[in-house]
Amino acid sequence: MNQFSYVRPASQQAAIDALTRDSSARFIAGGTNLLDLMKNGVLAPEKLVDINRLPLKNIVLNNNILHIGALALNSEVAAHPLVKTHHPLLSQALLAGASQQLRNMATTGGNMMQRTRCSYFYDITMPCNKRTPGSGCSAIGGMNRMHAIFGDSEQCIAVHPSDMCVALVALDATVLVAGPKGNRRIPFGDFHRLPGTTPDKDNNLGKGELITGIDIPASPFTRNVYYLKVRDRASYAFALVSVAAALDISNNTIRGVRLAMGGVAHKPWRLHEAEKALTGKAPTTENFRIAATVATQSAHPYTHNAFKVPMAQNSIVTALQKAAAV
Amino acid sequence: MKKQAVGQSMDRVDGRLKVTGAARYFADHQPEGMLYAALVCSTISSGRITAIDAAKALRAPGVADVVSHLNAPPVPGYQVENPNPKQGLKIFHDDRIYSNGQPVAIVVANTLERAVYAASLVKVSYAKEAHETDLAASMNKAFQVAKIKDYLRGEADAWKKAPVNMEAEYNIPIEVHNPMELAGMIAHWEAPDKLTVYAKTQGVKSVQQTLKTLFQLPEDHITVHSQFVGGAFGMALRIWPMEIATILAAKKAGKPVKLVINRKEMFTLVGYRPAATQRIGIGATADGKLTGITHSAVANTSPYEDFTEAIVNMSRMMYACPNVNTRYQLVPLNLSTPVWMRGPGEATGAFALESAIDELAHKLNMDPLQLRILNHADTDPDKNLPYSSKYLKEAYDMGAAKIGWQQRRQTPRQLEEDGWLAGYGMSSGVFSASRGKATASATLRSDGSLIIRSAAADIGPGTATAMVQIAADATGIDVKKIKFLLGESEYPEAPRQGGSSTVSTVGSAVNDVCRTLQQKLGELATANIPAFKALKPADIQHEAGALVSGTSRLDYAALLQQQQLPELVVAATSQAGDERKQYAMYSFSVHFAKVHVHPATGVVRIKHIVSVADSGTVVNTKTARSQMIGGVVGGIGMALTEEALIDQRFGRYVNNNYADYHVPVNADTPPTDVLFINKKDPVINPMGAKGMGEIALIGFAAAISNAVFNATGKRVRDLPITPDKLI
Repeated sequence: MNQFSYVRPASQQAAIDALTRDSSARFIAGGTNLLDLMKNGVLAPEKLVDINRLPLKNIVLNNNILHIGALALNSEVAAHPLVKTHHPLLSQALLAGASQQLRNMATTGGNMMQRTRCSYFYDITMPCNKRTPGSGCSAIGGMNRMHAIFGDSEQCIAVHPSDMCVALVALDATVLVAGPKGNRRIPFGDFHRLPGTTPDKDNNLGKGELITGIDIPASPFTRNVYYLKVRDRASYAFALVSVAAALDISNNTIRGVRLAMGGVAHKPWRLHEAEKALTGKAPTTENFRIAATVATQSAHPYTHNAFKVPMAQNSIVTALQKAAAV
Repeated sequence: MKKQAVGQSMDRVDGRLKVTGAARYFADHQPEGMLYAALVCSTISSGRITAIDAAKALRAPGVADVVSHLNAPPVPGYQVENPNPKQGLKIFHDDRIYSNGQPVAIVVANTLERAVYAASLVKVSYAKEAHETDLAASMNKAFQVAKIKDYLRGEADAWKKAPVNMEAEYNIPIEVHNPMELAGMIAHWEAPDKLTVYAKTQGVKSVQQTLKTLFQLPEDHITVHSQFVGGAFGMALRIWPMEIATILAAKKAGKPVKLVINRKEMFTLVGYRPAATQRIGIGATADGKLTGITHSAVANTSPYEDFTEAIVNMSRMMYACPNVNTRYQLVPLNLSTPVWMRGPGEATGAFALESAIDELAHKLNMDPLQLRILNHADTDPDKNLPYSSKYLKEAYDMGAAKIGWQQRRQTPRQLEEDGWLAGYGMSSGVFSASRGKATASATLRSDGSLIIRSAAADIGPGTATAMVQIAADATGIDVKKIKFLLGESEYPEAPRQGGSSTVSTVGSAVNDVCRTLQQKLGELATANIPAFKALKPADIQHEAGALVSGTSRLDYAALLQQQQLPELVVAATSQAGDERKQYAMYSFSVHFAKVHVHPATGVVRIKHIVSVADSGTVVNTKTARSQMIGGVVGGIGMALTEEALIDQRFGRYVNNNYADYHVPVNADTPPTDVLFINKKDPVINPMGAKGMGEIALIGFAAAISNAVFNATGKRVRDLPITPDKLI
């Protein structure tokens, strides 16, 4: 096998130092994706920096802001009373992801860092701009049933596979990052990137930067929320499309709304235009349909994924109906 | 009267071994000095190898050898002079590449990790040629295999003249067996002419025979061990080129070599259910009497072997129809050779036939169950023979009552439940109830225990458990004192575990060897024991492991002890007789399903399944139920989730892993009622047991697609029924 060294630093600073020093080093937490990537020969880090001993597992509420440590397990977050009470959408999204066994290993930070599941990214004998920049995109013109309909580029049409991130972008979370130049905060919607001409870069983390946690601000979206995931089998399958829907309804009027989709873009896809179309309107199926049309106006399907456009529209309507309980 | 063992819900005799990890599967063995192997597989789909650069791999730590066509020892049994190109893949024989994933080298090292790493360092250069892996694009290359002729009964294409008729095309994609246990082999040359292998196989004797031919060794110089198999579903019915590669590597290394292939290689090295395109034309009178069925099928095979199965056969014999014609053709693709996958071709064909019956019923505005009953075959219309037993009508009734068939609406898209469209569907399945030839030996020990041996396999159904039950009833010896040993080539001959034949074939041998043992005990007693001296062996009664005559009773154990015999060994061979010429023998199944389909997302959720088996005597209701449920799960995969996807440009699979190739999970599997007719077949074998493994799956996919049609009004003729097809 590829030789690599393994370190388990005791402090956050030591972890960041270890990664900064070594260009091919990688953080490892749950390892649910990284080990696959190493076994498939997609990645061959010379050093693994195990961060599991860092004190980043907290789930706490401070001044109405819910803080979730980067090492909190997906299963812990999904079941946590604070999460279920204040951000049930996040709990639903987490439970729709992966399998119980994977959720027991996967961490919050790792979930954000997972790579696309595009088959061509994983098969090192085939061209892939994300894996080997400049080699070409096999999915364009290839098997692209699972691929993007929004925000794609001529270089890459891969999708981000996370469910958790779809809820977090809808909830306006903030990513907390520590790095060699200190700490910074990244709005969740700015964390992941569109492929553009640099599809090898999934996100805007700098060299040596470590996700320490996420903050989710207080929101009125505690009741009328729904995470709908459409997939080829009932569990342990990536989304064909998924929709995170959150509504704040009073007097039969939508005061606030959050909508985001998964399985459709290189990043969790927030539907700002559709949100605007719904705000101030009555929570009716007719209005939901209008929003769904707005949401999919910029869709750009490929050979095998044209179905995602009507499926996205139908799913947006269904998720909103479920959230509104109409 | 002692309670019968056959028919009981007995726990598996090897259950404890399996759940405690004590059962040793092929890869668990560790012959001394064993080396580990990893394959280098082709990344092109057709062409030639122009160079193999193994220098870097050979320099890697722990690497013993890189074996390829450049340096492999010869396989003496390869018919190199025979120009027939359909002899199978001769591994490491020449530079020819027929399919992507074909092994081109095997790397041997002193640890698995080092072998895998070194395999990644082998650089292979190719001269690429055009390939074809798409069945739909190759229909013009369809050809008929000499041994499978067109079939005609009555008039050809009579359906076209029928007052009510329909014709449609049905497609199934490649499905891969994907058992949990990975395939492979441990090969150990104990001497230059003596080979021992630990195999994952459905037949140790079959492996022995193949190796005997290929390596031209005496049979008793080849030992095959395979006591436990972690699922196979057909993929271990034959020996594969990668196993020969392992044997060659071991020969060259002079040490035992273990190869366990990885999940990706499970898609390219050990067979699959071939893709098939079928057309069915079917017609009936206005009141629903079938007048004609035409069924044609084209399935893929490899460039180097013609794999055939019985895709169109059910259409010939399932229904009383005067006019039937069928045609079966193959298309060679640049893929490895397919192999039987549970249900095998019959499951492929049943999807088309049982969908077409449903489509015809819809056209007739008739309940599809009524249409089936109306056209029930009372005698086999193909062979013109009476059935040895057939309780299909009872099975229809039982299943219909259990699922609540009366709630089904004749017009589709009429039922809604909790925002989902609800529908009911059903289908039937049939599979030949066979009985082959097998031998068993019985060793009765002076402590009263009984050991029966036969070179059978157990890929999961609980073979040893069933055999113990059969032996217990045949001898009266308690099940706890009986052992059934299998999976060793040195044991008496038994066929492969496939085609739903093990209980019928091996069970008959077990029954017969127990009778032989009793005869022998009778002879011993009449010759030596005063109380029995006046009797003939046949006059002696056998009760609960004892010889009985009037008030005289002598335990088997006591008899052996008195005769100072530590053990008594007998053998018996058993096979079917002329009854197979006088009767048509089939197992039947009926599947009912209730499904929900989400009107907006197209997601299908199966809510309830009822599967009924008409398979004669059920030897063990617990393992039989598990086997039926396993078939149902396979059927759910076929219907809703399983499809091996190939990028035709490269000829490479793109979903060759457990995450992307969707085997159903628990959440896809609804409450399932398994019902048994459980009536003894009076003809087929001493137990009256017909096979069950295949009928569990045959027809199932059609029950789901028919239910989806009933729920939505949409007919999906291309499996699997994924949500995008219902949007």
